Amino acid sequence: MATHVSEAPTLQRTPLHALHLARGGKMAPFAGYDMPVQYAPGVLKEHLHTRAAAGLFDVSHMGQIALRPKSGKVEDAALALERLVPQDIVAIAPGRQRYALFTNASGGLLDDLMVANFGDHLFLVVNGACKVADEAHLRKHLADTCSIDVLADRALVALQGPKAATVLARVCPEAPGMKFMDAGSQQIDGVSCFVSRSGYTGEDGFEISIPAAQAEAVVSALLDDPDVMPIGLGARDSLRLEAGLCLYGHDIDTTTTPVEAALEWSVQKSRRGVGARAGGFPGADVILFQLEQGAARRRVGLLPEGRAPVRQGAPLFADANSADPIGAVTSGGFAPSLNAPVAMGYLPTTHAAVGGLVFADVRGQRLPLRVSAMPFVPHNYKR
Amino acid sequence: MTVLYTADHEWLRIEGDTATIGITDHAQSQLGDVVFVELPKVGRQLKKAEAAAVVESVKAASDVYAPITGEVLEVNDALGAEPALINSDADGKAWLFKLTIADKSELGGLMDEAAYKAHTA
Repeated sequence: MATHVSEAPTLQRTPLHALHLARGGKMAPFAGYDMPVQYAPGVLKEHLHTRAAAGLFDVSHMGQIALRPKSGKVEDAALALERLVPQDIVAIAPGRQRYALFTNASGGLLDDLMVANFGDHLFLVVNGACKVADEAHLRKHLADTCSIDVLADRALVALQGPKAATVLARVCPEAPGMKFMDAGSQQIDGVSCFVSRSGYTGEDGFEISIPAAQAEAVVSALLDDPDVMPIGLGARDSLRLEAGLCLYGHDIDTTTTPVEAALEWSVQKSRRGVGARAGGFPGADVILFQLEQGAARRRVGLLPEGRAPVRQGAPLFADANSADPIGAVTSGGFAPSLNAPVAMGYLPTTHAAVGGLVFADVRGQRLPLRVSAMPFVPHNYKR
Repeated sequence: MTVLYTADHEWLRIEGDTATIGITDHAQSQLGDVVFVELPKVGRQLKKAEAAAVVESVKAASDVYAPITGEVLEVNDALGAEPALINSDADGKAWLFKLTIADKSELGGLMDEAAYKAHTA
């Protein structure tokens, strides 16, 4: 067995780093940070506990950015941001949040993000590995109309699972009144936090931005609840895969368009075709054309018919013997809630219909996979 | 009966001309929850250091290399139905496969228990 332990001296630490060590987190580099991959119970138990009760995830490596309109009118920040994303940002009501995509000139994706309307400014959460580039992108294109404040002095955690609302209510009585994708300021144990009812597991839950100095106290209070278990990045990945959610840099990147990635649902009518503010974002010609005509390939769910996990990079074939791959797996592994392997990947649209059979090459063997609808495990959002 | 270890965290139980091979408890603790095991076919001729089996956790797939040259005599079919045996009994019930010992001199390069303990310390 080859087991490798590597340490990069320049790894950053989140405000919860000491807490992870104290709780036995097994640490590894992720997006430039020393992050917990798992705790003592292990990925399987952490995953199942999140689906059954509640899990607490440190996602402080992600970027938190306030986009403040110089005019003082939040609509001006929204209009400005619409120059970079194909989503309707103007329509996000105060106290609401929406999923969005930074696109490039060829219609590919620079990052996926959350955008919340906090009344007088927009609050953005972007991927850790992309946050430096995202900040530069925002400054380059929006500095004329907005100030761009990177909120580096805040932690970000996710509390996810069917018991998340009950748990959070004990320290934040307003939390259960929020609906899926509501977002705004809330007091938690007297600490001023940003809370949204959202997450990356398919479960009900909340994402909570906490001032760094108070992060350990707030998180410790949540972890004191017997229903809550700290969860590492390992289970975060298996949970989001079961939920059919994209991981940037794997399932989506600069070479995949929103239509290829099956993310058309995230592009509102107002930005398409004859919509009020159609186009006007990078790659609009490509993306608007594909929204009308479709794309040549598509991200699909894949259920391996055997027990063997089919992992990222496995080439996909139309039949058991053909020489030329028609696609590839972009995320794959074992789904603890299904006790079976699951995967997602890209296939030609001609082969993307649910129920179709394709084959993956795994260690020289052709393994059959069935094209499947996603999510693999139903979402449990409180709409 | 002698138990020997490789630097790659496999154990070999030597009985006469055969070796029973598994991964160590240290290895399973590093891997985490094992969800799938792929074993070699009985009768396969393995060369030392050749990929012989695969142990997969939720997170990743890890190759198990043949620690010595030999022919696969038997594999542990119980792992197909219960791969988590590797987590609960890596040194015992969760053996992977049995090999003939084609070249006894290859055993000379392996560690005894004390040396392996020092290796993982």
